Amino acid sequence: MIIFRKHHRVLVQGLTGKQGSFWAEKMMGAGTRVVAGVNPKRAGETHLGVPVFATAREAARTAPFDVAVMFIPPAAAKEAALDAIDAGAALLVVLTEHIPAHDVMAIHRAAARSGTRIVGPNTAGLVTPGEGFVGIMPGHNPNIFKPGRIGVLSRSGSLGTLICLNLTRVGLGQSAFLGLGGDPMIGVTTRAALQALDEDPGTEAVVLVGEIGGSMEEKAAEYAAGMTKPVVAFIAGCASPPGKKMGHAGAIVTGSAGGYPAKRAALEAAGITVVDTPAEITAALSARLAAAQPRTMATT
Amino acid sequence: MNLVEQAAKALVLAPAGIPIPQGVLCRTPEEAAQACRSIGSCVVKAQVPTGKRGKAGGIKRADTPEAAADAARAILAMSIDGHAVESVLVEACAAIAHEFYAAVLTDFASRRPLVLFSTEGGMDIEEVAASRPDALRRAVVDPDDGFSQADAAALVRGLDLGAAVGQVTDVLARLYAAYVASDAELLEINPLAVLSDGRVVALDCKFTLDDSAAFRQPELAAAAAREPATDLERRGAAAGLKFIQLDGNVGVLANGAGLTMTTMDAIAHFGGRPANFLEIGGEAYTKAETALDLVLSNPGVKSLVVNFCGAFARTDVMAEGVVKAWESLKPTLPVYFSIHGTGEDEAVRLVRERLGIEPFDFMEDAVKAAVEAAR
Repeated sequence: MIIFRKHHRVLVQGLTGKQGSFWAEKMMGAGTRVVAGVNPKRAGETHLGVPVFATAREAARTAPFDVAVMFIPPAAAKEAALDAIDAGAALLVVLTEHIPAHDVMAIHRAAARSGTRIVGPNTAGLVTPGEGFVGIMPGHNPNIFKPGRIGVLSRSGSLGTLICLNLTRVGLGQSAFLGLGGDPMIGVTTRAALQALDEDPGTEAVVLVGEIGGSMEEKAAEYAAGMTKPVVAFIAGCASPPGKKMGHAGAIVTGSAGGYPAKRAALEAAGITVVDTPAEITAALSARLAAAQPRTMATT
Repeated sequence: MNLVEQAAKALVLAPAGIPIPQGVLCRTPEEAAQACRSIGSCVVKAQVPTGKRGKAGGIKRADTPEAAADAARAILAMSIDGHAVESVLVEACAAIAHEFYAAVLTDFASRRPLVLFSTEGGMDIEEVAASRPDALRRAVVDPDDGFSQADAAALVRGLDLGAAVGQVTDVLARLYAAYVASDAELLEINPLAVLSDGRVVALDCKFTLDDSAAFRQPELAAAAAREPATDLERRGAAAGLKFIQLDGNVGVLANGAGLTMTTMDAIAHFGGRPANFLEIGGEAYTKAETALDLVLSNPGVKSLVVNFCGAFARTDVMAEGVVKAWESLKPTLPVYFSIHGTGEDEAVRLVRERLGIEPFDFMEDAVKAAVEAAR
């Protein structure tokens, strides 16, 4: 379960904080079923109409949840994540940026043991227009997100938001937005997200938004080679100088590794249309959808 | 963050019990001569956080205090790979029988620590990995289990280490413990030398601290070497902003790393050259005023693109910062906006009413206009 659904019960860690409160309210307004919050200092209270517990493990006993989302600063992120994993979260959305890498490895190790899927760290979250969202995306804004059949996956929240906005402006609604995170060690990879959208019956075509650094896009290309759904991609960082971290810890080109040309070549070899600027995505997508139509008709 | 060799040896290897040669950090030729007097035959090594010291002439042997002073004088006048040499390590000369390679690093692909060992030390390990992949042993570590001397023995099994095998496996286990204790991203010993008397000693050390762990490694963070940076980049860092100065003509102010890179890409795509990377996403979205000042201080900038797409970052707060900065700095160069997302209506109103500028509906159009204006 990588795609967020309206029946998912959500636990908000750090619910009572400024950002936690602000975004939990927005999430609820968009239809997200927030069932509880965590703050050890305010256990027993009610906040935004839901109970607050000292730990995720305690919350799980009386307010079972499927998804946990963390509004937790970096130094406390490992403990909070391990708490949510221990509590049996099926999906853990880690919004926190700048978590120490050794803590991130410990989180992934614990999650692998218990079967928890980790989204992030440093993700902006998941949006399913018409159903709800978890994270810090404007999932409540109908000018940006609109229900439809295009799946969007993106390492970046700001760029992902722009691309969903562009889709919405031309009437292409989204089946799901999957924010994967700008860290070098993210849980749900570009490849895993692409597979989830490929397997989702509500998704007709995919927009893959990648960036320089690492090998996530190359691995996704291996999967895309076997797909029949059209995929259009944009890779950020073409004009970025090598050897410099471009804001995201994962966005760095070292030698030829993680560079733009290799990523673009791998995606194109897998049959993906790669465009030069975000505005070109909608036209490319419409063309691919039109081309795919007769084939879909013929095979059904 | 990187530590120079001497700091890495003193603060990371020595506390872990890994043998290092006797050495003294020196800032003047006189100090180097003094160090040589007490140590004897020595090597004078430039202390800069780069692997290109040897080839650049930053490592010299000296058998007398006078020679050590001369070597130090020459090396302290050097700049290697952009780093001005500010100190040298005067270290006891070692009679080397064999050179090995040992490292522990964070492997992003497996999301695990990775231990590397090779009997082909002393040279560029990427060359070894490319030309003789079987000469490089690798172990992906389960962080819950750690890496013991028995694990190290399994890693080096079948390699001809002679009588040094026990010391090597001991060093590998200690190196892993040091990697964990120091929040390392990379901890590398190259060469790990077997001396003619049979001792195993770390002759060099490379250490990269995970930037995100600096808050809990204050001693290591304080010892980090200064990276080459422009004055503007230092000003940005002091204000908590990630600013990278580039040799371009179109300034960039956007929120979020992904959108900022994309804005730079669009500038290049439409025939311009981006003048900077600077993102004010995340918590930094409240620093738009300082950010704009930085972008405009870059001498090559002929026009500016402000591209906001707010999710977490509120565009109204960012626009307010930009408008305030614009009114106080009174720049004369043209600026082109594209604003969408959280707080959009208020942000557009601010820019329209206070600056008299109409934002573009698409970022590509704002970029095209800015590229055109910078010609």
